[in-house]
Amino acid sequence: MTFEKNGEPLLRVEHLTKEFPVESGVFGRRANAKRVHAVEDISFDIYPGETFGLVGESGCGKSTTGRTIMRLHNPTSGKVIFDGKDVAKMKKRELKEMRRNMQYIFQDPQASLNPRMTIGEIVSEPLIIHNVMPDAKKRMDYVRELLDTVGLNPEHINRYPHEFSGGQRQRVGIARAFALHPKLIICDEPVSALDVSIQAQVLNLLSDLQKQFGTAYLFIAHDLSVVQHISDRVAVMYLGHLMEYSDWKTLYDTPYHPYTQSLLSAVPIPDPDVQRSRKRIILRGDPPSPIDPPTGCPFHTRCPIAKDVCSKDVPELREVAPGHFCACHFAEPNPIKTSSVDLGTK
Amino acid sequence: MTEKKDMYEKNKQVSAEAPNQQEEELDSSAPTRTLWGDAWNRLRKNKLAIIAIVWIIFMVILALSADLWVPQTLGKPNAQIYDVRLPMSAKHPFGTDQLGRDVLSRVIYGARISLAVGVLATAISTVIGLVMGAIAAYYGGIWDTIIMRLADIFLAFPYTLFVIAMLAVIGPGIQNVFIAIGILGWPSIARVFRSAILTVKENDYVDAARSMGASDLRIITRHIFPNSVASIVVYATMNIGGAILTESALSYLGMGVVPPDPSWGSLIEAGQTYLSTEPWLMIMPGLAILTTVLAFTLLGDGLRDALDVKMKDA
Repeated sequence: MTFEKNGEPLLRVEHLTKEFPVESGVFGRRANAKRVHAVEDISFDIYPGETFGLVGESGCGKSTTGRTIMRLHNPTSGKVIFDGKDVAKMKKRELKEMRRNMQYIFQDPQASLNPRMTIGEIVSEPLIIHNVMPDAKKRMDYVRELLDTVGLNPEHINRYPHEFSGGQRQRVGIARAFALHPKLIICDEPVSALDVSIQAQVLNLLSDLQKQFGTAYLFIAHDLSVVQHISDRVAVMYLGHLMEYSDWKTLYDTPYHPYTQSLLSAVPIPDPDVQRSRKRIILRGDPPSPIDPPTGCPFHTRCPIAKDVCSKDVPELREVAPGHFCACHFAEPNPIKTSSVDLGTK
Repeated sequence: MTEKKDMYEKNKQVSAEAPNQQEEELDSSAPTRTLWGDAWNRLRKNKLAIIAIVWIIFMVILALSADLWVPQTLGKPNAQIYDVRLPMSAKHPFGTDQLGRDVLSRVIYGARISLAVGVLATAISTVIGLVMGAIAAYYGGIWDTIIMRLADIFLAFPYTLFVIAMLAVIGPGIQNVFIAIGILGWPSIARVFRSAILTVKENDYVDAARSMGASDLRIITRHIFPNSVASIVVYATMNIGGAILTESALSYLGMGVVPPDPSWGSLIEAGQTYLSTEPWLMIMPGLAILTTVLAFTLLGDGLRDALDVKMKDA
């Protein structure tokens, strides 16, 4: 299944950069204070109704990207153009209007629901804020409906979040995100806090709702198989940089970037013969600190094919195949053997 | 785009029918619960808290209705020497003081000033403290620095001395005692509330509210306040006792109530001279302070538990 791009992108992220200061003195910040380079010059776009997966290891800036798009953080530089307007420059009123069309699902359903509000109050809150349904009775009926849609018992409308299981709580978070029928929902690792069996249910719910409402997702995750399950296109992040993106099938079948290749080679395959015999790319060391990132390509310190140029020049994202972008000086397609037996040594 | 609309319409139709099927089930569910309604339900089950509430209401009624039934003459000085410092009796349940006045009447009238100081001064401190704490914690940065350093300056002065200094500026009198104790009490409440907010603010549900487009006021009142109110409720009820005691110290120093008006504090100060011979002069108003402060503290404890939604038996 490949996604057909139709018309204008819903969200265009252009050269987005987000840095956090790590030190601040008594008399304000020093000009040369150290900064965490959480997101470095990333660009991508999301079309209406598509699911754009964003993967990477912990601390690579995935969540910061999502939060900056939502403007829970102010971007250091770059543009986030949503529905034709730059989110980074919006005034309060415009921002509120924008948030009607862009919602967020959080990783930890325990922390993202106010423990002192009933789930009815939680789900109806976006409706109250945007004054969509002024009539209280109608609103509660609609909330019951929504709870039913996400697979919760509408009778539980007066219960508190702690009376639910993790999967149910995440469904409440999903109902809240869908209450206003937004055009884009940023899903920040929505299933990584859940059991594997519940993960599948919640993922299926998300894709059902997408079909029903035509919502676009920015789906952030660290689990490649989860992303594969739901995404139309997938982007790989490393140390704040976008390394590679393409539609999921191309990316999983013929990854160009050595980092993507090593990531995919680490995905366990539920077939012992294949699993035992396939070639794994083992990376040495840990990712460098985002406070003091390496010069040139952020990956050159661990890259198996790095040459001199990699430590000097930052590779541009270039189109290596139609719709397939990769940021590497020496990128070559390297189909990872997933089904055939490959007796390569480690 | 049109397809999406169709989906939406379809969904609307489907869901429009759904409530009818479920009407009966839905009606059987409890009426809409609110945080404060639930809290009251839990509070009712807490015996100690109910006793405390009853006691506080009793004291308030006693103080308010005193003019109606306490014989005025009992509170007046009695020149006859044999009526002075009488022990407890049926006629004078708490005995009489060094001027022959009925101590029970004095304690009941004293409740007016002491309760008013406790509640009003705490209310003033709490309101100022809440606003200051909320601004400091929520907006942070320069606001945090300014407000918290200001609080440090306030706290650096000995409290009673600071109140006396303020009274020296604005003049003595009972209204000014309310104001002085109230205004000078804000820094500690601001600190407690600030730290409570800083903890709550980090939670995802605050970000969730922001990402929904909620205003700052809504986030503070609907999300941050209900989750940090417990510590404030406890602190404020304790503060009532402190305010009552501060007022007694001021009265003793002649900065508070003007004799012959009684307050519990001034009664204790007046009675302490006779502690070894006529202890009731001090013990009776002391008991009034003790039981009332205890009642407020127990009420605070009860409220803290009642406001915790995770407690069972809602």
